[in-house]
Amino acid sequence: MVFKQVSSPHGHARQKTGEIMQLVVLATLPGFLVLTYQFGWGLLINLLIATLSAISAEALVLKLRNRPIDFYLRDYSAVVTAVLLALALPPLAPWWLVVVATVFSIVIAKQLYGGLGSNPFNPAMVGYVVALISFPIEMTTWVTPISLLAADISHPGLLESLAIVFTDNSPVDGVTGATPLDLFKHNDGLLVEQIYQNNTLFSRASFAGVGWEWANVAFLIGGLALLKARVFTWHGPMAMLGTLALMSMLFWDGGSSNSPGSPIMHLFSGASMLGAFFIVTDPVSSTVSNRGRLIYGALIGLLVYVIRAWGSYPDAVAFAVLLGNFAAPFIDNYTVPRTYGHDKSRRATAKEKSE
Amino acid sequence: MRQIWNTPGGVHPPDNKEQSLTKNIGHLPLPEKLILPLTQHAGTAAKTCVVVGEKVLKGQKLASASAGISAAVHAPSSGWITAIEERSVAHPSGMSAACIEITCDGEDRWIERVSYPNYQQASAMQLRDLIADAGIAGLGGAGFPSAIKLDSGTKKPIDTLIINATECEPYITADDILICERADQIIQGIDIVSHLLGKPKTILIGIENNKPEAIAALNQHCQGTGIEVVYFPTKYPSGGEKQLIYILTGKEVPSGQLPADLGMVCLNSGTAFAIKRAVIDGEPLISRITTLAGEACGVNRNYEILIGTPVSHLLQHNNFDQALCSRLIMGGPMMGFSLASSEVPLIKTSTCILAPSHTEIPDDEPPQPCIRCGLCSEACPASLLPQQLYWYSRAKDHERLQSHNLFDCIECGACSYVCPSNIPLVQYYRSSKGDITNALATKATAAISRERFEFRQVRLEKADIARESKREARRLNTEQAKKMSPSTTQSTGSSAADIIKAAQLRGITKQASPEQQKAKLQRTLLAAQMRLEEAQQRLVQVTNKGSAHQQAQQLASVEAARRKVEQTTQRLTEVSH
Ligand code: SF4
Ligand code: SF4
Repeated sequence: MVFKQVSSPHGHARQKTGEIMQLVVLATLPGFLVLTYQFGWGLLINLLIATLSAISAEALVLKLRNRPIDFYLRDYSAVVTAVLLALALPPLAPWWLVVVATVFSIVIAKQLYGGLGSNPFNPAMVGYVVALISFPIEMTTWVTPISLLAADISHPGLLESLAIVFTDNSPVDGVTGATPLDLFKHNDGLLVEQIYQNNTLFSRASFAGVGWEWANVAFLIGGLALLKARVFTWHGPMAMLGTLALMSMLFWDGGSSNSPGSPIMHLFSGASMLGAFFIVTDPVSSTVSNRGRLIYGALIGLLVYVIRAWGSYPDAVAFAVLLGNFAAPFIDNYTVPRTYGHDKSRRATAKEKSE
Repeated sequence: MRQIWNTPGGVHPPDNKEQSLTKNIGHLPLPEKLILPLTQHAGTAAKTCVVVGEKVLKGQKLASASAGISAAVHAPSSGWITAIEERSVAHPSGMSAACIEITCDGEDRWIERVSYPNYQQASAMQLRDLIADAGIAGLGGAGFPSAIKLDSGTKKPIDTLIINATECEPYITADDILICERADQIIQGIDIVSHLLGKPKTILIGIENNKPEAIAALNQHCQGTGIEVVYFPTKYPSGGEKQLIYILTGKEVPSGQLPADLGMVCLNSGTAFAIKRAVIDGEPLISRITTLAGEACGVNRNYEILIGTPVSHLLQHNNFDQALCSRLIMGGPMMGFSLASSEVPLIKTSTCILAPSHTEIPDDEPPQPCIRCGLCSEACPASLLPQQLYWYSRAKDHERLQSHNLFDCIECGACSYVCPSNIPLVQYYRSSKGDITNALATKATAAISRERFEFRQVRLEKADIARESKREARRLNTEQAKKMSPSTTQSTGSSAADIIKAAQLRGITKQASPEQQKAKLQRTLLAAQMRLEEAQQRLVQVTNKGSAHQQAQQLASVEAARRKVEQTTQRLTEVSH
C-alpha cells in the first residue's frame, strides 16, 4: 500500500492567521462604537471607504503580482489596516483623504515590500503619516464630542455627513473643535488647573478629556480581550503605556504652565490605547522576542511623549511607531533569547566560533 | 514531593490516548516474513554474521554491533535467512537500507538463553556487555545504543538516573500500558541499571499526570526501593530528554553536551524493561510494545510486536481501511514521520503506528505568509526564535541560522503546530541543518585538497631546487672533465643527449606505468581511510562533549573524508581496469 508523504508535525492548532486578524477587527468594536457615539456618522463612513479601498487595492496589486487573490484576501490583513485607518483618520474627512491614505498603506507600504509579513513599517501608520504631512489642515480638523456641542448644534445626520464627505463641504461651525492634546500643545501661559477650568473638554470630563477618555477605555477593553486570547503578549503595550505614564509623571512639573499634561490625560487621550493595543502589537513590523518587545514598546512610549510634549504635532503615535519600526531590527539584534543549554544569549549577528 | 521546574514554551495538543487504552497488550499471529534493518538505532549499521540460506533460531544474533556507536540485531523468530539486501525502511526520507529477511518456519523455537538472575554479582562491565549483546537501543524513539549510554567512561560518576516515562506525544500509550501491566519488571530493569551505574544517589521516574493508573502502579512497586516517582503537568514536549532533565532537576544540559556531563543518565521506561528481559531472562531485544491508533483502523490497541514485522501485517489484523486513511505515520503526530509504503518493517524505535482518518488529521492547508506573530517562539521549548530561523532558512543565510542556534532545535514541531499561517517550519529547519552540514563538508574537503596542493607545491619546489643543484654540480663536473681531457668532448656531447633521452623516457614511464599509479592510489586510499577513521573517532568524542557546532563540523569532516575514500576507490577501480 502506498501513502502520502507529509512532514511532521501532523495536525495543527485551530487558530488561523485569518481568524487572528478577524479577532483584532472584532476587538476594535467597543472603541469604534464609543467613537461613533461621540463623533457621529463620520466614523462609519470612514470605515466603509477605507475597507472598500483597501480590499480593491489589495486585489488589484495581487492581480498584477499574479497571486491568488482569494487566498491572500482571506488573511484579512487588508481589513485590519483599513479599520485602523478609519479609527485614526478624522471623522467627516473628505473621501479622497481616506482613499489616498488607505491605498498608500496597502500598495506602497505593504505590497511593494512583498506583501503581508514582509513590510518593515506598519502600513496603516505609513498611510496616516503620509496623509498628515500632505494634508495637515484636513487631518487636524476633529469633530467636537457630542456632549460638548452647543445646544442649537448637532452632529450632521447620515445623509448630511455623506454630503460633507463626498462634496468637500465643511461641516457647520461649532461641529469641529480642539482635542485635549491640542489644548496642551497650544497652551499659552495657563496653569494646568486653569486649562481644566476654562475648557469644557476637561471641566465636563470624567477623568481625562471628554470624548477621548471613554474611547480610550473602550480600546483598552478590546486590547485586554486580545491579550486574554493570546493574540499578543503583554510586553509591547505595557512597556509603551508604562513609559508614557512615567514620562508624564517626571515632567508633570506640578501642573505649571509648562506642564505637558498629567499621566491620566496622556494615557487616555489621542491614540494612546489604540496605539498600545492595536498598533504597537502589530507583529509584522515590531520586534520578535519578548525582551525586544519591552524595549520596542518603551521606545515608542518615550517617543510619543517627547513628540507630544516638545514636538510640533499634538499627537504622535504614528510617528513614534514608525520610528520604532525603524529601530526594530537593531533591537532584535541584541535581544535574541537565551537558548536552552547556553549560558548567555547571543547576538543575532554573532559569528560561529570555530575551534 | 520534589520541586518541579517549568520549561518554557510547550503546547497542548489533544491527548487522544484513551482510544488505545481500552484493551490490554495484544499479540499478533506470526508474520510470514520478518525484515530486519541493520540500522535500527542511532549510529552505524550492524555487521551481518549470517548468510542467505542459513537456518536461525529465535534470539540468535544476526548482526553484531560494529565499532563506534552501533547495536546488534537478533532473530525475532526462527526460520531461514532468505535475503540480505536493500529494502525500503522506515525513515523520514523513505530511503532503502540493508536488511536481513527471515522467512519464519512457524516454530518460533528459541536459541538457548543465558540469563543472569543474580545480576548483583556481575560487574558493571559484564552487565554492559550483556546489554550490548542484546542489541538494546533507546526504545523511546531516538534509538541510541543503551550500552554506550551507560558507559560513563572517564566522565563524572553518575549520581542521577532518570527514567523517562513521560510519553508526551498524543496517541502513544506504549509506555503507559507497559507500566500498568509490567511495572514490576520495569523496576527490576531500573535496579539492574542502578547496580551497573554504581547505585546513583537519586533515581527518578518522570511521568506526566495524565497517566494516573501508571503512576499508581509505579508508586506501588517503588515503595521502599528509593526510587522516586515524579509526576508533573502534561505539556508537549516534556518527554524530550533535555526538557525532562530540566523539569526534574532544574538543570540544563549544556549545548552540545550529554546528560552524562551533568552526572545524569536518562533512559526510557521501555528500555528499562528491555534491559530486564536481556539480563534476567536472557532474551535479546526482539520485540517491543507498539501502539496502533487512528480512526482508519477498526481496532486501536497496544501490541507486543516482533521487531521486523511489516507494518502491513499489523494493519491487516486490525481492520485497516486505506480509503479512510489520510496518511500513515510511524511515531506520534508531533514528531513521527509519514511512511510512503506499509511494507516497511517495525523496528526497535517504533513507538506507534498512527493511521488517522481524513477528519482526524486533514491534509495541510497551503501555507500563508509569516506574520511574525510570535506564537511559535512562545511555543518553543528551547527558547529559539522559530520565525527568524524560518526567514533565514528561506534566505539560506547559514551564518544567521547558526547565530540563532539552529542546531539546538530539537525538531519537536511545537512551532509548526501553533503557526496560524500553517508554515511547515520544521521541514525548513531539517533541510537547513542538512545544507549547513553539507556546506561544512565541502569546505572541509576543499581544505584538505588545499592542504594537499600546498604540500605538493612545496615538494615540487624542493625537487626543483635539488635538481638545479644537481645540474649545477654536473656542469661543474663536466667542465672539469673537459679541462682535464679535451679529447672526450664528443662522447660527452652524445652522453648528454643520452642523459636527456633517458630522463624523458623515465618521465614517460613514470607517467604511464599503471602499476605505479595504482600503488600511489592505494597509498592515497590508505591515508584517506586512516583520516576517515580518525575523523570518526573525533566525532564520537565531540558527540560526547563539544558544542552542537563542533559536532556539525566534525560530521562534516567525516563526510569529507568519506567522500575522499569513495573517490579514491573509484579511481582505483578505473585504473585497475
Ligand atoms: S507562528 Fe508562524 S506566522 Fe507566527 S511568527 Fe511563527 S512562523 Fe510566523
Ligand atoms: S521544532 Fe525547534 S524551533 Fe520549533 S519549537 Fe521545537 S525546538 Fe523550537
